[in-house]
Amino acid sequence: MIDKFVPSLADAMAGIQDGATVLAAGFGPGTPATLMRGLAEQGARDLTIVMNAGGRDEGPIADLLSTGLVGKLICSFVRADSVAGRQFAKGQLELEIVPQGTLAERIRAAGAGVRGFYTPTAADTILAEGRETRMINGRLCLLEYPIFGDVALIDAWQADRFGNLTHRDSARNFNPIMAMAAKMTIVQTAHVVELGAIQPEHVHTAGVFVQRVLHVPV
Amino acid sequence: MEFQPLDRDGIAARIARDIPEGWFVNLGIGIPTKVSDFVQDREVIFHAENGVIGIGPAPTEANINPYLVNAGVQHITLITGAALVHHADSFAIARGGHLDLCVLGAFEVAENGDIANWARSDHEPTKQVGGAMDLAVGAQRLWVAMEHTNKRGGGSRIRTACSYPLTAKGVVKRVYTDLAVLEVTPRGFAVLDMIPGMTREALRARTEATLIWR
Repeated sequence: MIDKFVPSLADAMAGIQDGATVLAAGFGPGTPATLMRGLAEQGARDLTIVMNAGGRDEGPIADLLSTGLVGKLICSFVRADSVAGRQFAKGQLELEIVPQGTLAERIRAAGAGVRGFYTPTAADTILAEGRETRMINGRLCLLEYPIFGDVALIDAWQADRFGNLTHRDSARNFNPIMAMAAKMTIVQTAHVVELGAIQPEHVHTAGVFVQRVLHVPV
Repeated sequence: MEFQPLDRDGIAARIARDIPEGWFVNLGIGIPTKVSDFVQDREVIFHAENGVIGIGPAPTEANINPYLVNAGVQHITLITGAALVHHADSFAIARGGHLDLCVLGAFEVAENGDIANWARSDHEPTKQVGGAMDLAVGAQRLWVAMEHTNKRGGGSRIRTACSYPLTAKGVVKRVYTDLAVLEVTPRGFAVLDMIPGMTREALRARTEATLIWR
């Protein structure tokens, strides 16, 4: 019998190695806050975190950065006045700033097996300095590579034992694409449902992209 | 004659006048977010970069849905007929030319259509790129909403060339400021509209870039 549910947060986070690249979903809603706390408790070091934004002084990403377990953050947006901004200014955190759409597409590319793509986004900005560009049909484009995760931390509204997921409202955001882009996709779900309760055409993230599911009631 | 610069709501309302029914529009953070408040009499579909197609009026305290936010992570509602997509599809909308219009805020706009809106130097720790670069290169039209001059010092933000790191080159079509509406043309900014009481001389005095009247 296929059953991807795990009984505890420690079981959900077991085996994450030092140096892992961890994709963390969320744009406000849709942030897997419990799993991010679990990552800090699990204790793997020298992590690379891939997340849309660097957060503020508290909250899931700020709290994780405050543990000192994260060496690099790949994101689209960092405030100077935040844990991430201050760690970067002190040389404690490496930052890779990626335009938000490019970030999403690099993650999608990883999940889809696409090994690179050209985009006009940022091609004529300082983010392209020293990198490969090319004119395509008269438009300057920048070569971008996929972002693969060793682990993805995912938030869901509903999950069944196959790992089929729904995401509520705008909490969907990065969750479906990050789930596809990692070797080990770990989900926290608000609700557990019977197999078949989610209509096949209403599945947002198919269970084949999911390895572990933890029930975290809201 | 005296003139009264538009406030932020005034700029948003002026932009709203120029958006026809049926357009699909992304609004950036700041003044642009307010534009939708002034387009209640027409069917215009508003997009948020986090995957929302069909933003409705702001919720009351009683009907906030914690799972529903816009690009500024402010609570929103959906219109009847709204749709939700994931982040890669949401930026496919932006980059793929599906938006009739994007309205962004900016620090500076240049007469060649360059826009700078994410950093004030190459090396500051604030790196607020977000989705602006994707939206700027992908929308059918990019309009900018901003104050004409800096609050401190009064320097013009309408430039012959941007001094801050660029968001994208040659993409801005129009600028809506607290003083005027400007269109990017090969010969400079064409002045489409000025606020009541504004004169050509007074506008030129507050604008570093070339202004033309057609």
